[in-house]
Amino acid sequence: MIFNFLNLMFQIQVKEGTGPVFFVLVLFVAALFFFLDKARKGATFKIRKIAGLDAVNEAIGRATEMGKSILYTTGLETASHIATIASLTILSRVAKRAARYGTRLQVPSFDPIVMSLSQEIVRESYLEEGMVDSFKGDDIFYLTQEQFAYTAAVEGVLVREKPATVFLMGYFYAESLLLAETGNSIGAIQIAGTDAVTQLPFFIVSCDYTLIGEELYAASAYLSEDSNIISSLKAQDFGKALLWIFLLLGSIATFAGSTKFLSLLGASI
Amino acid sequence: MNNRGPLLIAFVCGMLMMAESFLDYSWLNSFAEWVQKYYIIIAAFAIVLGVASLFKLHLAKLKRKEDGWRYSLVVFFGFFAMIITGFFMNDGGLVGTKHPWNAWLYNNVQLPLGATMFSLLAFFIASAAYRAFRARSLEATLLLVAACLVMLGQVPILTGGIFDNLPEIKQWILDIPNMASKRAIMIGVGLGMMSTALKIIFGIEKTYLGGSEE
Repeated sequence: MIFNFLNLMFQIQVKEGTGPVFFVLVLFVAALFFFLDKARKGATFKIRKIAGLDAVNEAIGRATEMGKSILYTTGLETASHIATIASLTILSRVAKRAARYGTRLQVPSFDPIVMSLSQEIVRESYLEEGMVDSFKGDDIFYLTQEQFAYTAAVEGVLVREKPATVFLMGYFYAESLLLAETGNSIGAIQIAGTDAVTQLPFFIVSCDYTLIGEELYAASAYLSEDSNIISSLKAQDFGKALLWIFLLLGSIATFAGSTKFLSLLGASI
Repeated sequence: MNNRGPLLIAFVCGMLMMAESFLDYSWLNSFAEWVQKYYIIIAAFAIVLGVASLFKLHLAKLKRKEDGWRYSLVVFFGFFAMIITGFFMNDGGLVGTKHPWNAWLYNNVQLPLGATMFSLLAFFIASAAYRAFRARSLEATLLLVAACLVMLGQVPILTGGIFDNLPEIKQWILDIPNMASKRAIMIGVGLGMMSTALKIIFGIEKTYLGGSEE
């Protein structure tokens, strides 16, 4: 109905096949605001423990005790990639804790825009902790946009500086295992997180903790301990329940020999 | 820090880009193209910042004669060699990489170095696989058995006898349990992306701006 109205009033056509996605998006936004409203009214949400995120403080503390640095990489994607943005939100939390403990934080960047964003985020985190004098802009540096040249450079930093803690958060390609194994060989505690399904096994094998897929996106909310942000995780759970219902109904309809439900969703077998 | 301006820009741009995904409207389509062009322009300017950061870091290393300062010389040599042969030794103007020296450097230095790094992966996979495939628990044992079946099915040296079904078993493992797990992760990732994007568009998550609400 809305689409017909838009078409009649403004000659705006709806892109073919986007109806079901729009429907799910509207439900998801509604759920997001519903849980946000509940959080603002004082509701608290229980979320499951994520070992990798519980270990963040421990990992930063370890670097502090050993008097060594922390190395944080945001992956090999640009700032327009959502995994990089998720990684930057985690960087903010990590930087704040590093500033609090006076631990050196190094961020080698693959993309110059991500480098600029990282510098600003880390500087603001130090500022908020009242440690802006300790902030070293040169510790957040650009390397190269060549995949294996970047890998070699980060491996060089790992081997020379021997950081006590390594965070590998963002989107990675074939270099994931090279970075994680080098980190493993220097005895660093490693926390990785990626939504690159093909690289997950490599991180699981080589890192101490791995944030699998959606956990990367949940990390910022989890670390913030702010119920407003945590409410978004509840919206995600609602989305999962919704998809689960669609999958179940679709399966039942297909087994019953009906294709109406699938065609309604714009899907086919 | 007053974040209202950036938050408003994020909201307006996010909503318009989201609308562009669903609606076919010339103004919206032009806006999306304009945003993407703008990103490329910003990226081009940001390269200058990146190169400045790289230079600053390596000049400082050279000045202080830090450990490994000689590697900084290699950085400068490589940088200027590619710039000079790529920009200033072209017959047709400043842009392009047609000069044979530039092609030689690319084909005989840069490509083999990249290939060397990539080939190291084979050794790292061996050491990682050794750690992963130790049958210390039920899950690890299942992983070990599944991995052995897939590897043997992939290189069917044992077929032609009692192990004729190995390729089919391998395909079943890849198509059913493996694919189901991958899709479950991908559904979670999709929802996580949507949630993160909406949090940023609606200003619920502000940490990417530097400050936070902690």
